[in-house]
Amino acid sequence: MTAPVLGPGLAAGPLAAGSLSSQGHSFLSPTGVEIVFVLVGLAVLGAAVLSVTTRQLVHAALWLVVALGGLAVEFLLLTAEFIAWVQVLIYIGSVVVLVLFGLMLTRAPIGRSPDADSRNRPVALGTAAAAAATLVTLVVDAFRTTWVDLDAGTGSARATGSSLFRHWVLPFEALSVLLLAALVGAIVLSRRDGDRTPPRPPRPRPGRAVSAARRTPAAPVAPTATPAAPGTSANPATNPATPPQER
Amino acid sequence: MNPVNYLYLAALLFTIGATGVLVRRNAIVLFMCVELMLNASNLALVTFSRLHGNLDGQVIAFFTMVVAAAEVVVGLAIIVSIFRTRHSASVDDANLMKL
Repeated sequence: MTAPVLGPGLAAGPLAAGSLSSQGHSFLSPTGVEIVFVLVGLAVLGAAVLSVTTRQLVHAALWLVVALGGLAVEFLLLTAEFIAWVQVLIYIGSVVVLVLFGLMLTRAPIGRSPDADSRNRPVALGTAAAAAATLVTLVVDAFRTTWVDLDAGTGSARATGSSLFRHWVLPFEALSVLLLAALVGAIVLSRRDGDRTPPRPPRPRPGRAVSAARRTPAAPVAPTATPAAPGTSANPATNPATPPQER
Repeated sequence: MNPVNYLYLAALLFTIGATGVLVRRNAIVLFMCVELMLNASNLALVTFSRLHGNLDGQVIAFFTMVVAAAEVVVGLAIIVSIFRTRHSASVDDANLMKL
């Protein structure tokens, strides 16, 4: 990869960096930006690891908030101001809220869920280690000698909007159509179509259940019970005296 | 400052997200891990934009965020629909298309 033109701060490496300019690049005298980067980066990594490994599902979403907020700070450090605020608005504001609503709608247990991990943990860890080694060695090989001076911000909302509407108008419009399609698709997927499914079975009265049991004694199942999915722990259809579970 | 540190962070975050996708079982936690991977790629994109001095990387990161929001909306609708029919949000139970 060709070295990009980066201004006066481009150095050949940490050894030659000290002799280039007056301020010099050295690992021993970090600037405030680097200190903030390291601290926030460690927080992001820790929050990401906790979000992936915790067994409490709601806690995973909350740790994800920490990780995404730290990434917004990293975007600010990279002078991408617009992206940082979009990150706060879209990810922390809407995506995590949607995920929390999804956890609520799928009745995630509040406490620990011991079966939150699948069984292929060694294979997954091996794959992850291989991916990390590949990515990190690739990055080291490509950008070891690159330095960037962070000066005045280039990622302000004005500059980004100008670039967006000057060069990226067609993808922007396509994205608006995509958002509309996603909206319609989500509504279509999640609405309960009441026309095709039969109406909800009435509550079985004791007389009806007894008569049904007398009619088919081999299968003591209420005739109004819906077939249950395999693997459910609490099956309301096995006991004809209990009312069907409200969904 | 050295932008390679940002790329290290992006690579490690991507790896953590990939590990989560491989390890976790709940579909919504899987979604969170996918979001983590998307954010790692966004961080790499913004870093590259900073390296090259133009704003195209930031615009692409913005597009990625919008597409991720759309993906979360549709994906959660699918997960809720699966939960309604199969009464489980575990990805191991949604094995209807396996041989």
